[in-house]
Amino acid sequence: MTHYELLQRLFFWLVVRPVVLVGLGLNVRHRERLPAAGPAIVVANHNSHLDTMVLMTLLPSHLLPRVHPVAAADYFLRNRLLAWFALRIVGIIPIERRPAVAPPAAAPAEPSAAPTPGAPRPDVLAAVAAALERGDVVILFPEGSRGEPERLAELKSGVARLVERFPAVPVIPIFLHGLGKALPRGSALPVPFFCDVFVGEPVPWRGDRKIYVEELRGRMQELAAEGHLAEWL
Amino acid sequence: MTGWSTRLAWAAEQVSPVVAWALAAIFAILLAATAAVWALGRLRPEADWTELRQRVRTWWIMAAVFALAMVLSRRVSLVFFAFVSFLALKEYLSLIPTRRADRSVLLWAYLAIPLQYLWIDMRWYGMFIVFIPVYAFLLLPMRMVLIGETEGFLRAAGTLHWGLMATVFSVSHVAFLLVLPSDLNPHGGGPGLVLFLVFLTQFNDVAQYLWGRSLGRHKVIPKVSPGKTVEGLLGGLLTTLLLAWLLAPWLTPLTGGEALVAGVVIGLGGFIGDVVISALKRDLGIKDSGTLLPGHGGILDRIDSLSYTAPLFFHLFWYLHGPLVTRLWDR
Repeated sequence: MTHYELLQRLFFWLVVRPVVLVGLGLNVRHRERLPAAGPAIVVANHNSHLDTMVLMTLLPSHLLPRVHPVAAADYFLRNRLLAWFALRIVGIIPIERRPAVAPPAAAPAEPSAAPTPGAPRPDVLAAVAAALERGDVVILFPEGSRGEPERLAELKSGVARLVERFPAVPVIPIFLHGLGKALPRGSALPVPFFCDVFVGEPVPWRGDRKIYVEELRGRMQELAAEGHLAEWL
Repeated sequence: MTGWSTRLAWAAEQVSPVVAWALAAIFAILLAATAAVWALGRLRPEADWTELRQRVRTWWIMAAVFALAMVLSRRVSLVFFAFVSFLALKEYLSLIPTRRADRSVLLWAYLAIPLQYLWIDMRWYGMFIVFIPVYAFLLLPMRMVLIGETEGFLRAAGTLHWGLMATVFSVSHVAFLLVLPSDLNPHGGGPGLVLFLVFLTQFNDVAQYLWGRSLGRHKVIPKVSPGKTVEGLLGGLLTTLLLAWLLAPWLTPLTGGEALVAGVVIGLGGFIGDVVISALKRDLGIKDSGTLLPGHGGILDRIDSLSYTAPLFFHLFWYLHGPLVTRLWDR
């Protein structure tokens, strides 16, 4: 085991697992649908930095070094320490986003910052594709950014491009609820809340990107409707 | 090596023989239950026994954790009860509607847990008994007001306090029983009282359920809990009364009559606690409060009866056998 793998495991067992299982708590529906091995694409809604920690905890722990969340380069690589942590410990695959959704702390946006679906550039998909070819598990957040807590935003089309290239790789939709309450965007104070996890059946590729994105969004909404979710006002 | 053996020896000293026997009896009952479920599985293999099996398995885990908490040092026991309160409050707050504006208020509410159990550790009765009903009650809405979100204010303040009372204040009464000085209860001290309370509360739940299954005919409170029957309630109550009367001399200083009163309090209180949480779940449109305990539901489902019986039993005991702290007017 390399240094990094050891550190990653330590971080996972000493920090991630206790925070997720004790500090938060998971109610998982359809746990059996989670992938037991790669390659797989896990697609989830995005409300909090905790989303990745929860998904890491849900997947089998032996897969840990082979799980790669796809994350925004401009956010996670913005300083050396965070970049090291994100790349080496969390194992992200960084992607460059077009400045379509400006983070709230940023300087006043340029005039061209109207939200456009940011299509990842071809070389970005290459890194993700390479991971899938190796048999790894990739985690995607098609909403793009953490958005309004507990509201499902429009999905970006990058996921469809990826599935088009790898139609045989199972795409597992997962709906997470509660993490936007526990640690929403813009907040540094985590509050203990249970997280409801709804794991869906794989979404098969049918040949059309637009339809795929819509089907995916429909699935996520169906999963969200499965449980009783407490109001968040 | 010596460090560990002295620590173990000290832990063992903590346990009076009465308590040790009581714990052994509890495990014996669990063994009998496990055997019964196994036998049922053999006699009627076509029926689905998974839920019952899960229930019994979770009972084993709960009993083991509880026994361990009782047997180790007092501080460990307090941490255990504090953790139970934490899990229960977290489950409650995750079920009810909450406001984004109240996030920091919720953190303060969670902070009440270590504080409440600190007062118990210090055996500071005066603070333990008023901290949540007075200080938390008054100060949390003040924090809410400072945030300034008035829409939904009443519901937020009300539900938060209710949750703190049910999950922290109530459960902490069990912990205070534990730290009572042993001269108040020569039969096993604090742990003896806790075992009496917790065992009877859980036994009452099971007894009411079993009586209800065998003889149940007249629904007692159909709008809230359609499963509960008058026969179940009365059968369970009588069985609990009998058991309370039998066990009290071994584990508590209660006299025969007092034990019967305790039995009524636990039997009725347990029923009411269960039904109140059922009403809450109905209001929220859910069946189980969570999935933490396989075969049982969530932690609220398990401690609902205790949330009523603990304070009621505690204050009954305090009135009958507690130290004479409040006779200000006799001076």
